[in-house]
Amino acid sequence: MVRPFHNLSLHFIVSVTYIDAIREAQEDLLREDDRVFLYGQDIANFGGAFKATKGLAEAYPNRVFDSPISEDAMIGLAVGAAIEGMRPIVEMQFADFSSIAFNQIVNQAATHFYRTGMPIPLTVRLPSGGTPGSGPFHSQSMEGLYAQYPGLVVVTPATVSDAYYMLIDAAKMNDPVIYCEHKFLYRWLKAKTIKGEHLPIGQARIARPGKHATVVTYSAMVHEAVRAADRLQQDGWEIEVVDLRSVKPLDIDTVLASVARTGRLLAVGEAFPWGGVTAEVVSRVTEEGFHLLDAPPQRLNSRDTPVPYHPKLWAAHRPTPESISEALRKLLSF
Amino acid sequence: MLKARILENKLSSLYKAGKIVGGVYLGKGQEAVSGCLGAALIQGKDCFAPLIRDQAGRTAFGEPLIDCTRTYLGSVEGPMKGRDGNIHRGRPDKGMPAMISHLGAQVPLIAGMLFAKRLKGVLEGCVGATCVGDGATSTGAFHEGLNMAAVEKLPMVVVIANNQFAYSTPNNRQFACGDLVERARGYGVGGYSVDGTDLMACASVIGEAVKQARLGKGPQMVVANLLRLSGHGEHDDGSYVPDSARAGYYGRDCIEVAIEQLVEGGYASQAKIDAWREEFSEEVQRAVAQAQQEALPDPYLEKWSALSTTFPYISS
Ligand SMILES: Cc1ncc(C[n+]2csc(CCOP(=O)(O)OP(=O)(O)O)c2C)c(N)n1
Ligand SMILES: [Mg+2]
Repeated sequence: MVRPFHNLSLHFIVSVTYIDAIREAQEDLLREDDRVFLYGQDIANFGGAFKATKGLAEAYPNRVFDSPISEDAMIGLAVGAAIEGMRPIVEMQFADFSSIAFNQIVNQAATHFYRTGMPIPLTVRLPSGGTPGSGPFHSQSMEGLYAQYPGLVVVTPATVSDAYYMLIDAAKMNDPVIYCEHKFLYRWLKAKTIKGEHLPIGQARIARPGKHATVVTYSAMVHEAVRAADRLQQDGWEIEVVDLRSVKPLDIDTVLASVARTGRLLAVGEAFPWGGVTAEVVSRVTEEGFHLLDAPPQRLNSRDTPVPYHPKLWAAHRPTPESISEALRKLLSF
Repeated sequence: MLKARILENKLSSLYKAGKIVGGVYLGKGQEAVSGCLGAALIQGKDCFAPLIRDQAGRTAFGEPLIDCTRTYLGSVEGPMKGRDGNIHRGRPDKGMPAMISHLGAQVPLIAGMLFAKRLKGVLEGCVGATCVGDGATSTGAFHEGLNMAAVEKLPMVVVIANNQFAYSTPNNRQFACGDLVERARGYGVGGYSVDGTDLMACASVIGEAVKQARLGKGPQMVVANLLRLSGHGEHDDGSYVPDSARAGYYGRDCIEVAIEQLVEGGYASQAKIDAWREEFSEEVQRAVAQAQQEALPDPYLEKWSALSTTFPYISS
C-alpha cells in the first residue's frame, strides 16, 4: 500500500480556524467550570448557525441549551442565572439581533455591579461584521454602541489565539463581556495553533511594526490594514498597525507609544462612522498626545448608510485595503 | 401557489449555480397557507407584511415576479436597488412593507398601518395581515404587537405557519402550550386552526378570518399546521427534521394536494394545470432573464445617503 507523504501532508495541512478557537474555548470552559452554561438559538444539537458549539451539547447535555427566539429574555435569564452564581455564555445568532436584547444588556447586566455591588459574570457572543450578500440585518458591528455604556467590557479578537484566549478570559471575568467575533474571519482566518500568544484583555498588540504612520484598528480590519501597509511598503513607507484587541478597556498607552514613534494616526473601524471606537481613539490621542502628532489624525469607517446587500455596494461601504491605503497616503502627505 | 413554487425552484437552482449571493429562503410546502392569505386580501386597500416563506402570498397579493428576481439578482431596477436582497423586499407604497430580518417586527408595523388608516378615516372595510413562523411567536414584538392590536381592536390577521421547526429548533423548545391557537384567548383575539397542507381548508379558514377582521371583529389569529419541505435556507439540508416528520401526515406536499383537489372537485382539469405549469415556467424564465440583463448597482453612482432630507448648511 502506498501512503505518499502521509506525515508531511498532516504536518502542513493541519490548521485551525478562528471558529475552531471559539468552539474549543467553550469546550474548555464547560469542562473546567461547571458553573458555565451555553444558551442560544439552535446551539444544542444543531451546533449553532455557524457551528461554534458543534458537539458541545452531546458532551455536556445539561449545560448547552436551545433557547426560544427571545433575545431580550435570553439575556434576562442569563443575568438572573449569574446572580445565582452561574457563568452563562449567550450566543446571539447574529450581532444584529442583540438590538432586541439591548435593554437587558445595557440596563440590567451593565448597571448591576454599580448599583448593588454584585458583578454579573456574563459573556455575550456577537457574530459581527459584514460578509458578501449579508445585507443590513446580518452584518452589523455593534462594539461602539456597547462600549458607550458603563459597565460592559467589549472585546474584538482579530487572531485565532485571541479568539480562544479572549473568550476564556471573558468567561472568567466577573463582569459582563460583549465578545464581538467577526464572521468574515470564522473560516478564512487560519493558524497553526489555537494556543499562540496569550495577552490579557486590555492590552493592545502591535500587529505590524512601522515608523511612518500608525493605523489603530481591531477585529477583521486588522487584516485589511496589514494588507494596506504591505502595499505602501512597496513605496518605502513603513506603517505600524496596532490591534486594539479590546475596544473597552482601550489601551491608549500602546496607541500613544506608537503615535510617539510615527507622529501620524489613522483609526480604522468597520462600524458606522458617527462616533464609536475610531472617534474615541482620535479624541483620546488628540487630548493626551497632541504634541506627538505631525499631521491631523484621521478616521476611516464604513459609510453612513445601512450595510448594503449587494457585494458591489458592500465592498464600497466598508474600509478595504484600497481605501485604507488611500487614507494613509493622504495622512502621509501632510 | 404553483407560480411561486416554480419561481422558487428556479431561485434554488440559481443559488446552487452561484448566481445568487447571500441566502435563498423558500416557502416550499407553505404555498397553500401563504397563497390563500394573499388571495383574501385586496391590493390597493389592504396591507400585507409577508415574511421569509411568503412568495405565494406576495404573488397572490399582486407583487410582480420581476420584483423578486430583481431583488435576488441585485438589479438596480428592483424595488431595493441592490441595497437589500432576497426576501427583504417590499413596496410600502403599495401596502406591502419590506421585512426586516428581526422576527416579529412586522406585527406591530401592520398594527401601525391600520392605526393610521383609522386616524385618516379610511379604515372601514380594510384588513392588515402578516405571516410569522412558530419561532417568531416567541419574540417580544409578536406578543406586544398582537396585544396592542387587540387593545385597539384593529382589523389585523396574523397567520402563524407552524412548520414545526424554527431553523433547527423543534416546537417543544419554542413554546409550552399544547397548541399555539390556545394563545388567541389570552390575547383576546379570534383563533383558528387549519391544516396548512390543504388548499381548500386554508381558503375557507383564512378567508373566514379575513372576513371577520374586515367586519370589524378585531384581530384574528390563524395557526396553520404543516412542515417546511426545504431547508431553513438553501444552504441548509434540514437533516435535523426527523424522517418520521417527513413521512408523517404534514410531510405531504400542499401543491400535490391542491392539484388533486382541483381536479377531483372539477375546478380545473389536469390539462389546464399542465398548461398553467408551462405558462408560469415561461413567465419565470422571462423574469429571471430580464433581471439578469439589467445593471448591477454601481458604488460610484450610488447615492450614499440614509436620509431623504438634505440639510442646506451641511455639505456632506
Ligand atoms: C429576532 C431574531 N432572532 C433570530 C433570528 C434568526 N432567525 C432567522 S429565521 C429563524 C427561525 C425562524 O423560525 P420560524 O419563526 O418558525 O419561521 P420558519 O423559518 O420556520 O418559517 C431565526 C432564528 C431572526 N431573524 N430574528
Ligand atoms: Mg417554523
